[in-house]
Amino acid sequence: MSLLRPDLDIISEWIAPNSRVLDLGCGDGTLLDSLQRQRNVDGYGLEIDPDNIEACIKKGVNVIQSDLDAGLSDYFNDESFDYVVMTQTLQAMNYPSRLLKEMLRVGKEGIVTFPNFGHWKSRLQIAIGGHMPVSRSLPNEWFNTPNIHLCTLNDFETLCERLDIVILERQVVDVSHRNRFIMNLWPNLLGEIAIYRFKCGVTI
Amino acid sequence: MANPLPSDSVGVVIPDTLQFDEPLTLDCGRTLNSYELIYETYGTLNEARSNAILICHALSGDHHAAGYHSIEDRKPGWWESAIGPGKPIDTNRFFVVSLNNLGGCKGSTGPNTINPATNKQWGPDFPIVTVRDWVESQARLSDRLNIDRWCAIIGGSLGGMQVMQWAIDYPERIDHAVIIASAPNLTAQNIGFNEVVRQALRTDPNFHDGHYYEHETVPSGGMKIARMLGHITYLSDDAMRAKFGRELREERIQYGYDVDFQVESYLRYQGESFVNKFDANTYLLMTKSLDYFDPADKHGGNLSEALKGVTSKFLVISFTSDWRFSPERSREIVKALVDNDKTVSYAEIEANHGHDAFLIPIPRYLEIFDAYMKRVADKIEEIDA
Repeated sequence: MSLLRPDLDIISEWIAPNSRVLDLGCGDGTLLDSLQRQRNVDGYGLEIDPDNIEACIKKGVNVIQSDLDAGLSDYFNDESFDYVVMTQTLQAMNYPSRLLKEMLRVGKEGIVTFPNFGHWKSRLQIAIGGHMPVSRSLPNEWFNTPNIHLCTLNDFETLCERLDIVILERQVVDVSHRNRFIMNLWPNLLGEIAIYRFKCGVTI
Repeated sequence: MANPLPSDSVGVVIPDTLQFDEPLTLDCGRTLNSYELIYETYGTLNEARSNAILICHALSGDHHAAGYHSIEDRKPGWWESAIGPGKPIDTNRFFVVSLNNLGGCKGSTGPNTINPATNKQWGPDFPIVTVRDWVESQARLSDRLNIDRWCAIIGGSLGGMQVMQWAIDYPERIDHAVIIASAPNLTAQNIGFNEVVRQALRTDPNFHDGHYYEHETVPSGGMKIARMLGHITYLSDDAMRAKFGRELREERIQYGYDVDFQVESYLRYQGESFVNKFDANTYLLMTKSLDYFDPADKHGGNLSEALKGVTSKFLVISFTSDWRFSPERSREIVKALVDNDKTVSYAEIEANHGHDAFLIPIPRYLEIFDAYMKRVADKIEEIDA
């Protein structure tokens, strides 16, 4: 994919220039590459797939081969990044809640994107079709999907509350276009991809 | 007639030697008043002198990293897989310098060369040189070759330690540090293996406290054992299993102490062929140099502190089955660099070859190495143009 994905576009806008970014599951380095060029951001990407490692190196993106499920403590000290970003990866993690906490240990703010399982097409496919949803944002079948922890916007927000995470910003988009006004009315029904920016809640 | 040399080889190379007369004070406190370094070069230095790469060798390596010494040579240099036209260290684009380190036995001043003070071979009187001493001598070699700044310094294992030391000691002289299958220091287990090597050499009756040259002999038994042990630990359990399994040399077991299994035969062969290729005193020295390397030591064991001042960009590579220089150890280097917000990429290559993997043309490894080096070359050529 050569064009910046719509979710990456929005994230780029959220990230302040000259900040330090950690991208978890950075893929071929597209986001970091564009952040480096456009926002003078520096940072690292973590990635497990060797093809992606090579792609990042070709782009000149700092990439560290590692397994996110093994945690971030091998490399990163507390609050060493302005943002920890994780795009389209949360739902494929063994321990999403643990990783969310890790994100906010290492970064001042976290940004995640994930496919919204509450999108009306998913709901219809289960309710009417009686089968696991297959869609543009969830292209795999149930037996070969890497997405083992799918959730809806509501689910995610409930988890945030439980983990004392404060949501700073939320956007929903569809896979081909940007945000449409109507999506904001019923985001959990109409948003295909959810994008959140969040930070640690202040504990009293 | 000999076969033509492969087209992706640098071809026939002739080593050069430089004499250094400025005394070099070593970490051990002793001084080498003069010394020689033997080296080879591949490729062409550009006009801006900005495309030079220094190769640092590992324990049993030498200056002959690529190409052939004559067209009759059966075997190329030790890193033929990575150095040559179109290879990761592309000699069409880079100028490559590879030397034999001080204390080596392949032409640079070391235990098997003549000590001018006594007119006899140095033998065990040759001072132990450290990684830092090597870097110092390599910096002087750089001066003599008129190379102010290396676009990359590259090494595996003990060679990677030299690269790290370069980045620490001469940040202004290195653009890219490529550290492969290395570690920030040796573990107790590794020092232990080295000590077994040393004991094997030193207790050989032909060792004569290191004066075996005068007795016109070599501690061949010790050398064999040392090399066999080395070989086992540089391979992985999986690799040995795949290569030999429990295959017998004869049809059935012999109920004796001669070779039964193929693995025994292989190790004996490797051990024997090493005896005349390497020098026991150099072997001892190299193991000590490995043991002593610990740049964090000066900083209370804090590697991040030790790497604070580095300015080069880093590529760190490890191999999954390498248990002598395990991925965990490479990660320590990466972490220390990340702590300091340095530019670093890290790849952990899936390979079952053990520590030896860094010398083996594993496609994924060479692809990543190549991708990195291409960027280095592109940048140089961009500035040049």
